[in-house]
Amino acid sequence: MDDVKTPSREERKSALSGLGTSRKRVEDARFTQGKGNYVDDIKLKGMLFGDFVRSPVAHARVKNIDTSAALALPGVHAVLTAADLEPLGLHWMPTLAGDKQMVLADGKVLFQGQEVAFVVGDDRYAVADGVSLVEVEYEELPVVTDPFKAELKDAPILREDIADQKEGAHGARRHPNHIFTWEAGEKEETNKVLEEAEVVADEMVYYHRTHPCPLETCGCVASMDKVNGKLTVWGTFQAPHAVRTVASLISSIPEHNIRIISPDIGGGFGNKVGVYPGYVCSIVASIVTGVPIKWVEDRMDNLMATAFARDYWMHGKISATKEGKITGLWCHTTADHGAFDACADPTKFPAGFMNICTGSYDIPVAYLAVDGVYTNKAPGGVAYRCSFRVTEASYFIERMIEVLAQKLGMDSAELRSKNFIKKDQFPYRSALGWEYDSGDYHQAWQKAMTSVNYKQLREDQAKQLQLFKDGKSRKLMGIGLSHFTEIVGAGPVKNCDILGLGMFDACEIRIHPTGSAIARLGTISQGQGHATTFAQILASEIGIPASDITLEEGDTDTAPYGLGTYGSRSTPVAGAATAMAGRKIRAKAQMIAAYLLEVHDDDLEWDVDRFSVKGAPEKFKTMKEIAFASYNQAIPGVEPGLEAVSYYDPPNMTYPNGAYVVVMEIDVDTGVSDIKQVYALDDCGTRINPMIIEGQVHGGLTEALAISMGQEISYDEQGNVMTGTLMDFFIPTAWETPNYETDYTETPSPHHPIGAKGVGESPNVGGVSAFSNAVHDAFKPFGLTQAHMPHDHWRVWKIAKDLGLHS
Amino acid sequence: MEKINVTMTVNGKEETLSVEPRTLLVHALREHLDYTGAHIGCSSSHCGACTIDMNGKSVKSCTVFAPQAEGAEILTVEGIGSPDKLHAIQEMFKEHHGLQCGYCTPGMIMRSYRFLQENPNPTEEEVRFGISGNLCRCTGYQNIVKSIMAAADKIRDEANVEKKEIA
Repeated sequence: MDDVKTPSREERKSALSGLGTSRKRVEDARFTQGKGNYVDDIKLKGMLFGDFVRSPVAHARVKNIDTSAALALPGVHAVLTAADLEPLGLHWMPTLAGDKQMVLADGKVLFQGQEVAFVVGDDRYAVADGVSLVEVEYEELPVVTDPFKAELKDAPILREDIADQKEGAHGARRHPNHIFTWEAGEKEETNKVLEEAEVVADEMVYYHRTHPCPLETCGCVASMDKVNGKLTVWGTFQAPHAVRTVASLISSIPEHNIRIISPDIGGGFGNKVGVYPGYVCSIVASIVTGVPIKWVEDRMDNLMATAFARDYWMHGKISATKEGKITGLWCHTTADHGAFDACADPTKFPAGFMNICTGSYDIPVAYLAVDGVYTNKAPGGVAYRCSFRVTEASYFIERMIEVLAQKLGMDSAELRSKNFIKKDQFPYRSALGWEYDSGDYHQAWQKAMTSVNYKQLREDQAKQLQLFKDGKSRKLMGIGLSHFTEIVGAGPVKNCDILGLGMFDACEIRIHPTGSAIARLGTISQGQGHATTFAQILASEIGIPASDITLEEGDTDTAPYGLGTYGSRSTPVAGAATAMAGRKIRAKAQMIAAYLLEVHDDDLEWDVDRFSVKGAPEKFKTMKEIAFASYNQAIPGVEPGLEAVSYYDPPNMTYPNGAYVVVMEIDVDTGVSDIKQVYALDDCGTRINPMIIEGQVHGGLTEALAISMGQEISYDEQGNVMTGTLMDFFIPTAWETPNYETDYTETPSPHHPIGAKGVGESPNVGGVSAFSNAVHDAFKPFGLTQAHMPHDHWRVWKIAKDLGLHS
Repeated sequence: MEKINVTMTVNGKEETLSVEPRTLLVHALREHLDYTGAHIGCSSSHCGACTIDMNGKSVKSCTVFAPQAEGAEILTVEGIGSPDKLHAIQEMFKEHHGLQCGYCTPGMIMRSYRFLQENPNPTEEEVRFGISGNLCRCTGYQNIVKSIMAAADKIRDEANVEKKEIA
């Protein structure tokens, strides 16, 4: 008997690869061998291709569309225009923001790249030929690209379809190009505090228009099976269930006859949340032709037409005492939504969670107003690797803190520290209405400052400045600080829904007779490694090794309903559902174990992978034994089998936070910045897989680097997209990307079953401010208060020139 | 459009395809031969997701016509290892979390495959320069660089073992 060594508790725990282990990813075997299954890899019998004729101009009436030459081409099967979609009621579609959007140009076009006609043909080449032969007659109209000119009295009216509507989806509209005004906080009280304040800093902070630009563009394959009446759509969908419901509502196909499948997704970053004309046209074309239709946009389509991000003009005022205690915050934002309001925000939040803009600070009173306007630009406004408008909010407050510090003549690290919400103030009610769940900002800040040796950095910076002033160097050193508080995990059904669908999420677990399991979720991974990490959560909950648990997502015929993956909601919501479903399994397992051991339920205790009798640990039943018993024993009062499902409605959002520091050296004569150090401390609550967390932080920081230092979607005055290819749209290569130092503190969320908060988006939220603040910091001694991103070489060179540093 | 025959060797197997002369190599590989490892991210040679090995050089297959590969030796990510015996680069990408969404991975691995033959003992800086034609949106490259450095070590170690065995 003693020959067989009984594994210790620690050994049994370690065999599970549960919470807190850097488990290697199960996804990688197929990805490294080229065996991923992305949308464009799908090949069905008889499948045709579709692609768009797009508008070359930003604002015009469509006088005529001649499809005859295209249709005459062998290999072209059909050309759809708005006139073909109108009888089906599909020439317009609802957006996620309560607006509607043209599927195909209905009488006019409102942005360059807008979808005008959909050509269907044998293959990509035949379709490209067809697209080039569709002749469209445009009558050009005046263009509005400046959101501040959109509401002028004589501004051209963009949305003639709603020109007379005084009420929009989010309240009163004051101009045909005005979408909504959204307010939070105390207006009068804030104004009063600002008027009476000892010090007020006033600045316009612009967070420019950019684009999530995942490496895989958007696409789908739609297949209408006329024999059984079932529509199947494989697509790049971050929210497959929501797509199914929307598809049913707009097409009148009963929801049970629609199957949406998100296969492997090549990055999302918010780009793949919305519903695009390509999906609708592919579905219609499949219904019309009776064969599957594939549509995959190219990179230029992607950058020009599908979901941009940001484009917020944030005017701020922040007040403080002379000693640096913040007394109030005021913000008015002008939000450029493009031609249709297609933001992907919860219904009641047309400006997302922009009201997290009081950041990490204890600010007694605040007021926020956001005005959304239409311009002749592509629709979107998605959360590009952040929760809804959170990176805008965080950038705003972190710039305002810097500007205030400058005005006070105070070190901005000290100003932050002086105003952080204190540990004992949690749960903390912010002036703009959120209840922050937990945090220890002072601890994180101190750890960060010590780790980077902040005092030494400032001394080095002063020396470098002296060298510059003495004419011995042409370089300046910038130290960028940021402390951010995110709000993620949307969200409680009581105030969070998308198109009326509550933002809960779900997990369903089946334990097989031999003790392995399958779990299905309403989310969908786009690189986050859900198949690896959710199995870890479950392993710790139910005592089955993570390697024995299959994770499945993305097929609406098999997965339980969920609102999908974006806004860092997978871990806070679906992760919680996973833990709760696991606990249901365990509760039933306890009854079975009690029966098998002939004791009362209460006499048992859970021990890693088994239930054992209290005080007699040698008497136990492992989860594996319990699983088998659930299939082969007739247990009085207990149903056979071992399955559970949990639909989790989170009681609150989670509030990940962190402290970041970026150090760079800037060449004043070329505008080139050399990044010397990037330190990122994240507090994402309980850490599920440290390896994956680190990978997420590296990736998010690189997207922050891109956005702050060069990436943008820019338009000229005629509404031409100036950054429509990867030649112009900046994505850093390995050569430009620095190495990162990651660090952490761990303050679990008190309301999440395992205390996890989510991390995927934190590094973007915190990173953009840190990079941008470093550029500003370098030029601070010369009086710079605000320079708009992106800080590409030319713009940085221009800062130096305008400050007279080029002599 | 009239089709022409193109013959090439892909992953050691001779293939003859009938394609329009304007067919891009990446489409020939993906759609005619079902090697879907090479991906399309930009169609303009910027992102490198379609990188394959052609006659001993890294090539972005989205900007090569299939007829230009007439008689060529082509290697794709499907051809460098097998499920039972992954290539050292594939193994190290798994080991060091060198991928997330996986979309850039086949191109990144194929570029690394050629790069490590061009420079079997690279510095980190050389690796970063060597793969700068391949974009990744997920990883921030740090773990990709780590994976390639580890693969270089492993390939060298394996070569040394082989040499010893022969001696």
